[in-house]
Amino acid sequence: MISPANYVALAAILFVVGGVGVLVRRNALVVFMCVELMLNAVNLAFIAFARLHGDLNGQVIAFFVMVVAAAEVVVGLAILTSIFRARKSASVDDANLLKY
Amino acid sequence: MTTLPATGVMTLAWLLLAFPTAGAAILLIGGKRTNAWGHLLGCAMSLASFVYGAVILAAMLGYPASQRSRELQVYTWIPSIGRFHVNIGLLLDPLSICFVLLITGVGSLIHIYAVGYMGHDPERRRFFGYMNLFITAMLLLVLADNYVGLYAGWEGVGLASYLLIGFWQFKPAAAVAAKKAFIANRVGDAGMSLAIMLMFATFGSVTFTGVFGAVHSASNTVITAIGLLLLLGACGKSAQLPLQSWLLDAMEGPTPVSALIHAATMVTAGVYLIVRSAPIFNLSANARLLVTIVGAATLLFGAIIGCAKDDIKKALAGSTMSQIGYMMLAAGLGPAGYALAIAHLLSHGFFKAGLFLGAGAVKHEMNDEIDMRRFGGLATAMKITFVTFTFGYLAIIGVPPFSGFFTKDPIIETAFDKGGTSGAILGTCALIGAAITAFYMTRVMLMTFSGKRRWEDDAHPHEAPPVMTSPMVILAIGSLCAGGFLMISNRLIDFLRPVTGTPPLAHGFFSPLSWLTLALVVVSAGFAWAIYGRREVPVTAPRGSFVTVAARKDLYGDALNESVLMRPGQWLTRLSVWFDNRGIDGIVNTIAATMGGSSGRVRRIQTGFVRSYALSMLIGALLLVGALLLVRL
Amino acid sequence: MMAHHLVLAGSAASNTEVVTWWVLAIVAVGAALGMILTRRAVHCAILLAVVMLILAGMYAMQGAPFLAFVQVIVYTGAVLMLFLFVMMIVGITASDSIVETIRGQRLFAGLAGIGMLVLLILVVGHATIGAAAPSGLRNSASNVQGLARLVFTTYVFPFEVTSALLITAALGAMVLAHRERTSPRPTQRTLSRRRVASGRPTPLPGPGTYARHNAVDMPALLPDGTQSGLSVSGVLTTQDLQARRNGARAITGETVGANHADDNHEEDR
Repeated sequence: MISPANYVALAAILFVVGGVGVLVRRNALVVFMCVELMLNAVNLAFIAFARLHGDLNGQVIAFFVMVVAAAEVVVGLAILTSIFRARKSASVDDANLLKY
Repeated sequence: MTTLPATGVMTLAWLLLAFPTAGAAILLIGGKRTNAWGHLLGCAMSLASFVYGAVILAAMLGYPASQRSRELQVYTWIPSIGRFHVNIGLLLDPLSICFVLLITGVGSLIHIYAVGYMGHDPERRRFFGYMNLFITAMLLLVLADNYVGLYAGWEGVGLASYLLIGFWQFKPAAAVAAKKAFIANRVGDAGMSLAIMLMFATFGSVTFTGVFGAVHSASNTVITAIGLLLLLGACGKSAQLPLQSWLLDAMEGPTPVSALIHAATMVTAGVYLIVRSAPIFNLSANARLLVTIVGAATLLFGAIIGCAKDDIKKALAGSTMSQIGYMMLAAGLGPAGYALAIAHLLSHGFFKAGLFLGAGAVKHEMNDEIDMRRFGGLATAMKITFVTFTFGYLAIIGVPPFSGFFTKDPIIETAFDKGGTSGAILGTCALIGAAITAFYMTRVMLMTFSGKRRWEDDAHPHEAPPVMTSPMVILAIGSLCAGGFLMISNRLIDFLRPVTGTPPLAHGFFSPLSWLTLALVVVSAGFAWAIYGRREVPVTAPRGSFVTVAARKDLYGDALNESVLMRPGQWLTRLSVWFDNRGIDGIVNTIAATMGGSSGRVRRIQTGFVRSYALSMLIGALLLVGALLLVRL
Repeated sequence: MMAHHLVLAGSAASNTEVVTWWVLAIVAVGAALGMILTRRAVHCAILLAVVMLILAGMYAMQGAPFLAFVQVIVYTGAVLMLFLFVMMIVGITASDSIVETIRGQRLFAGLAGIGMLVLLILVVGHATIGAAAPSGLRNSASNVQGLARLVFTTYVFPFEVTSALLITAALGAMVLAHRERTSPRPTQRTLSRRRVASGRPTPLPGPGTYARHNAVDMPALLPDGTQSGLSVSGVLTTQDLQARRNGARAITGETVGANHADDNHEEDR
């Protein structure tokens, strides 16, 4: 069996990669995808911990994370389309009106 | 002496105040619609008060001497606030009725005179409104039965004085003089109000009866303090040292104002205040001494100034200061002098008003020229004015049988009678003052009415209209008779005794001292004739000795005020402004600028880029996790 | 069933499992890195699908078959489809430019990422993560039944709350995506006036009319024998253009007509 530590390490790497993606990518869609990647990485860690503890609570949490992520994607993408409709651009840098 | 409730005609004594109040209200509120008949209304209201005052006097003389003090409660002005409450009540007693008759009598004459004098002034209606306002305030001052009511009248006459000095406010000098009078009076008024507060704090009352009834229970220190504060108030209103500077400038007002307010009535309010407060001053020898010192100093001060002034009105103003100095001196002598002060006040009201009206008539006929060096030889041109002025002149220098002789000489004698060093000094001052008075009044007479004509070619002096001369004639008769009428057989002294407690005169009128006084007066007048009568008066003033120069500059009274009060005040103000700008504003502005500047820079952090914010969040998370690690591991 | 098989295989043949895991892990990290390196959003989505599928496999390997299926169905199936759908609206060709506009963003993002990674590895390394608990406990019942028992007993309240969340999110998405009409609906009168004013009251010519082929990309022939560019859809002419740029032969035989259509298209832009 692979040790849960390996899974947790993999989850950490994926999480950081997703985080860096959020920071460097400008296409709002890609930013969203990177957020999803981070959420998935967290889910992986939860499931690894569930196995570590030998019960199913971690899996239930991961399940809830998926539900929340689905809701988040739905609303986020709706916002994205309405912004795109108004500004003809999907770049997060173009939506910078809220500044000095 | 007990105060009884008013009965008979006295129950309507508030009419005394109501008449001039109605006049002032109608004239000032009615505006230009009342232009045509406004002056007549003003005279009528003043005369009505006079007539009613005479009726009250008649009623009062019908009572026995111990029952002449009557009180009339009009209404509650300030209902009880704690122990403090003020009723507007009128006190009718021999002292106040003397003032009522002087104010309304001389006031009415001057009102009539002003009908002619102000005839060409487009604002004559407003002038009469102010004059009636003055009569109201002055009557309230002398009739009030408590110090707060007196203070209200006190401020009212100050206001009327301010308005009338600055009546021709288009003249900068008049506007400045009005402000100066107001401010100088304010200093005195502060003392007055402090005295009232101290009375309330000490006695719990501000009525005359309340204060005088409790006066024996207070400590001598408090009594002296109240006396000195009242003296400060009196100095302000009566132009006594050290608050004398405003009176000379007040001559910028119309001459009837100078005659009524700044000679006959308002400036004597200080004397009234001290005589009215006799129970307080009777208990404090120190306060009385200071009153006599102020009086003696001012009578010399005013007389010296009067010697050097070429402006006829200012010479007379110096004389007013000097004569009020006599009254203050008499009032400071205690019970022996109170009635004498009032007697001199009344006769002075006649002759000084007459002198001012004469000066006004001259000025009126000489195209508003007031420099005596440009008069001369007017005796033939203005005969009635000359005669009435001469009556006033003889009265003021104290030649028998004119008024001044009967009222001034007893003051000099009483001063000597005080005894001790102080009595000798005060008496000597009064005696010298009488001599100087003779000098400067003779100078005024000679420069104005005799000698060669020095006036401009376009001046055509002739006699003033009857509306102006008739008051002058009446006042001249007063100058002749008033003193004798009041003083012979102690008539006024007996009348006032219930209030002042003045004993009958100790000496006859022709004592050795009065012969000495008369001799000095004659010598001094002759000296003046030697200078101004025998020789030609130069049209431009000679440089004169340093005494003359100093007297022309009001003995440096203004210079003293300026250097001691005004300049340090200005420095203080500039310092405050500087401190406010640099210190307080500086701190506040610096903080604000620092805040503004730093926020202007800090706000640049808000780029609006979501990714920047995300980066800072990540760094924050990084630091948090790092800190946790450091603590936990 | 596949999950059970994998788990059983793992316990039986440990070497095979280790090799498989490492291969999957490396591919997953590579795909994740590819996500942030590739320029086109579509490629990004496909790489994300790869990562998600690998994670589904890993869930299964850890005894979570239900979540593995949910991962495949919900994430890879629904969420990613939604992404692609939105990408269709936003523009499939949308791609980031190379130039970074915020100064230092990439540098600091990289540094922060490395710092985060180091920290997390440190945490994981320091934590005493022991071996997995005996499998008997979680295998006492089947995985789905165990999850269901938890969800409907211990976590029943959060579960109900998520239903409210989902409904709210669905309503929110509808509200956000709804386009409010800002001008009055054109009536038939205004439509006909507009058509006359446009200078062409008649319908556009259909493609292929009088041409040798009747395909939709064949321009119609006018009576004088010339071709009408208006008869071919602009989308098709764009594709022609791209095809030609890529060196491929145009689909239509009538290159002249295609060119003509291209010109029109260019002018429209």
